Amino acid sequence: MSNDSSQSPPDRRWLIALAWVWVGVPLAYGLYELVRKVTQLFTG
Amino acid sequence: MSPPVAPAGWSRWLVPPAALSVHLSIGQAYAWSVFKPPLESSLGLSGTQSALPFQLAIVMLGLSAAFGGTLVERNGPRWAMTVSLVCFSSGFLISALGAATEQYWLIVLGYGFVGGIGLGIGYISPVSTLIKWFPDRPGMATGIAIMGFGGGALIASPWSTQMLESFGADSSGIALAFLVHGLAYAAFMSLGVLLIRVPRGERPVAGAPSVLAGPQVSARSAVRTPQFWCLWVVLCMNVTAGIGILEKAAPMITDFFADTSTPVSVSAAAGFVALLSAANMAGRIGWSSTSDLIGRKNIYRVYLGFGAVMYALIALFGDASKPLFVLCALVILSFYGGGFATIPAYLKDLFGTYQVGAIHGRLLTAWSTAGVLGPLIVNWIADRQEAAGRHGASLYGLSLVIMIGLLVVGFVANELVRPVDPRHHVPAPKEAADVERQQPESA
Repeated sequence: MSNDSSQSPPDRRWLIALAWVWVGVPLAYGLYELVRKVTQLFTG
Repeated sequence: MSPPVAPAGWSRWLVPPAALSVHLSIGQAYAWSVFKPPLESSLGLSGTQSALPFQLAIVMLGLSAAFGGTLVERNGPRWAMTVSLVCFSSGFLISALGAATEQYWLIVLGYGFVGGIGLGIGYISPVSTLIKWFPDRPGMATGIAIMGFGGGALIASPWSTQMLESFGADSSGIALAFLVHGLAYAAFMSLGVLLIRVPRGERPVAGAPSVLAGPQVSARSAVRTPQFWCLWVVLCMNVTAGIGILEKAAPMITDFFADTSTPVSVSAAAGFVALLSAANMAGRIGWSSTSDLIGRKNIYRVYLGFGAVMYALIALFGDASKPLFVLCALVILSFYGGGFATIPAYLKDLFGTYQVGAIHGRLLTAWSTAGVLGPLIVNWIADRQEAAGRHGASLYGLSLVIMIGLLVVGFVANELVRPVDPRHHVPAPKEAADVERQQPESA
């Protein structure tokens, strides 16, 4: 425990960014397809 | 498998994407309908037969969440996510074999039974961990994950459609599509398995409340409290009311405006259904996060009370104004999604974090019940009204009144929720939690 508190933790910003991109890209694709369908309500 | 404890400095913002990688995958279940027409034409199935894998999967979701919850609490989120990955992916691979050999029972067994276990264990796998990482914002944390379950179908529906167009809608094309699904979802979900960590200590972030603050109740004791059954009724009523709209959304909007000067086309009705999906997703993250600010009991007053008002507006004025109909339906669906996403935080408030995942799993039997009840009410009544010679909005009048009644029942159940009697509390939750953590290592 003392070692943990004396050493600064590794920088994980890249890991956080990568993780969010991993799930964000498919979700953005799903939302894009959703928006395409929603527009049919106003144009169809 | 011992729960993976986070090293010093591990960011809690790595936990939501881990949860999302699982929920976005298993949310594919709601896109099963994409496979129905090609299965029916290539294997000569009826509509009822082709729905069987999905129905069995939802039943298995409820059963595995209810009976597997304690195992998930004991073995930790990584174990649960691994089980979910293996079952969900294997379900597709078994189904691929079934489609390739034209043995439909293998698809039912694979997707429905094996995959369904993956759905149930996967659904509850990150809930307890997220609440422990975000004791200051549990509604937002579980809202992100459970929003993913709604988002899974948005991804899978166009993706699966494109795959079937590329591979062909015959049995070998379906088999190839199932195979790719199984492999892709295994790879995608592995992020969750690799990243998930339980927080070390009681306070994952400085200034946040302790995860063991407040009363702690075991899953076994929780099901013996009136609070659990009040919340069971609340969830069941809220979900039934939402499914009432969701199940018949396209025919409903078409029927409501069939006799007007601006009837709704088939493509516009499809757009309406898509818009409802967006409201469902937005409600999961939006309303659940709001519950962190205004409290769980108050947010369910909104879901159930305002939900009943929205249904009443549709019943009274829905056929007179299309924007009003669409707006009310959107609000109802946002409450439907919000109800799902907020319930884990409500459970945490009442029963603590000690076994909240297992308690949540048991509560999901309310979802299974509502999944049968909602469509049954709306379809049965609409069929009866049609047989009686009615048409248009009058097909749904009685259903809407019943939905209002169910929401009022849910509202009353929510009002009856009180803090749990101290005799149900775990005497020393910290020690009990430590013992739970030690068990897998000593086993």
